[in-house]
Amino acid sequence: MTATLPDTKAPDTVEPASTGTRRRIPIGRIIAWIVMALVIIATLLPFYWMLRTALSTNPGLQANPTSWLPPDFTFGAFERVLGYQSTEEALAEGGSGTGMNFWRYLFNSVFVATLVTVCQLTFSAMAAFAFSRLQWRGRDTVFAIFVAGLMVPSIFTFLPNFVLIKQLGLVDTLFGIALPTMFMTPFAVFFFRQFFLNVPKEIEEAALLDGVSKVGIFFRVILPMSSAPIATLGILTYITAWNDYFWPLMVSYTDSSRVLTVALGVFRAQSPQSGTDWAGLMAATLIAAAPMMLLFGLFAKRIVNSIGFSGIK
Amino acid sequence: MTTNTSTRFRSTTQAKRSRRSAQDRRVALLFLTPAALGFLVFLIWPTVRGIWLSFTEYNLLTPEKFVGLANYERLFSDPVFWHSLGVTVQYVLINIGLQTSIALVVALLMHRLTQSTLLRGIILAPYLVSNVVTAIVFLWILDVQFGVANQVLEWIGVGKIGFLSDETWAIPTIALINVWRHVGYTALLIFAGLQMLPEDVYEAARLDGAGEIRSFFSITLPLLRPIMALVLIMTVIGSFQVFDTVAVTTGGGPANATNVLQLYIYDMAFGRFQFGYASAMSVALLLVLGIITFIQFRLTRAGSNDMN
Repeated sequence: MTATLPDTKAPDTVEPASTGTRRRIPIGRIIAWIVMALVIIATLLPFYWMLRTALSTNPGLQANPTSWLPPDFTFGAFERVLGYQSTEEALAEGGSGTGMNFWRYLFNSVFVATLVTVCQLTFSAMAAFAFSRLQWRGRDTVFAIFVAGLMVPSIFTFLPNFVLIKQLGLVDTLFGIALPTMFMTPFAVFFFRQFFLNVPKEIEEAALLDGVSKVGIFFRVILPMSSAPIATLGILTYITAWNDYFWPLMVSYTDSSRVLTVALGVFRAQSPQSGTDWAGLMAATLIAAAPMMLLFGLFAKRIVNSIGFSGIK
Repeated sequence: MTTNTSTRFRSTTQAKRSRRSAQDRRVALLFLTPAALGFLVFLIWPTVRGIWLSFTEYNLLTPEKFVGLANYERLFSDPVFWHSLGVTVQYVLINIGLQTSIALVVALLMHRLTQSTLLRGIILAPYLVSNVVTAIVFLWILDVQFGVANQVLEWIGVGKIGFLSDETWAIPTIALINVWRHVGYTALLIFAGLQMLPEDVYEAARLDGAGEIRSFFSITLPLLRPIMALVLIMTVIGSFQVFDTVAVTTGGGPANATNVLQLYIYDMAFGRFQFGYASAMSVALLLVLGIITFIQFRLTRAGSNDMN
């Protein structure tokens, strides 16, 4: 999945500077850049609008629906969402008196996403190690069955898995949300196996001669050498777990297990048709998206470069 | 490997090797257990159980009762099911059509203009926020009363449009919202494919005097075909499972206009506790996905490659 980006040279540099046509403006290139600029604006504008709305008061938004800058600039909406605003202030800014238990949802989201990511990565890497660096009978058959699991769309397993979680008595718990994806995904096993296969046999042999056990090989040779793909998949898994909506919606009923995405949906559903607290909603969505934005800011290069085909093919 | 070593030495290596393979088996068993447990309990078992439940009547409280093909008979004569399927197909066509074309254009532009990671990061940004966040943001932008989109429409004289409250606009609007979130990811997939194309073919075409447009149609497009096929198969399967955006923006309305299949299944299971019938519809959706993937594979010859 990585390593799709070799240092390709810009093809333009080979173009000979032919005399006479030097003053010709590359119209095609200009149009191309204009289209690109439009795409960038369309991509970023909703983000700006979120921020602009979140920094306004609701009466201000109604009076100036199209102003570029936030009308009545205030951090009130953020304070309101996080529960630091008094009821009078909230009502004055067009919010409702009832707050949402935001810190609780934030904790739930962090807990579920972390649990899923750490466990899924660990167990999938262990399985991939067994499928790539250990010799045992029936290995390739078992691996083929695992890969066939890629074909089952998650939509199909939701209902029976819910029935199972219910029978286990884990409905409305954070473990119930995390459990189905905690152990493995066929993709993670497949993905790690590709990388583990590439670790040179000689390094393993040398470690074995030094008296390192097979378990030691996994922890002291394979894992350190695969830190880059592990980090990449870790980030992607975390983002997926954080953004998941359908499954947590099925499993959680009360605040005790409600994650941010579900809470936002409830918040939106409970807001009245007229007089919706848009400033508060936008502040809430921004806070919900902020951890992913931070993660993205830190690892943008790695995430961007991880999208490709070489892991799949 | 051991052909020219002495017999004594060979026997010791063999002993060592068999000891090693015994160790391998033990470690493999240990390492595989958690993943295999998860695989069996949360993937294989639910698949089998889902098919079984589709032949039963089940409401979560009393044990399931085998009813044969009754759920499937009901499915064939249920107008809401067929309506949902139609709405879903309509959504997928608009969503995939726009998303793939825009993504292709963006990928080609990036490929010809710049390698900038920053630019690719910006393009990917919407993918990092959840469907729920995306849905709420567009709900606000497209709000009939105070949404900026309708203010602008009114200002230029078009008049207000009930993007999510009008039956004809709701599905295209939801499809467009999801295009916004997913187009960057798709573009980067295609971009990665473009980078795998051999540069020397382009060099040769340039030397032969082929321009940008000519080389796009006679080199890029044919070489990109297997990649586009893979991208389509992946995105179509995802698109068919649309739920989050619909659930948050319209909840299936107005008047069932956006009642996509996944939403209908969810409502059947958790609104009316008819898990058997909901499972039968899941099986139907699974079959539809299987057939569509198969047809796509045949039509696009996704497995074959024009590179050699």
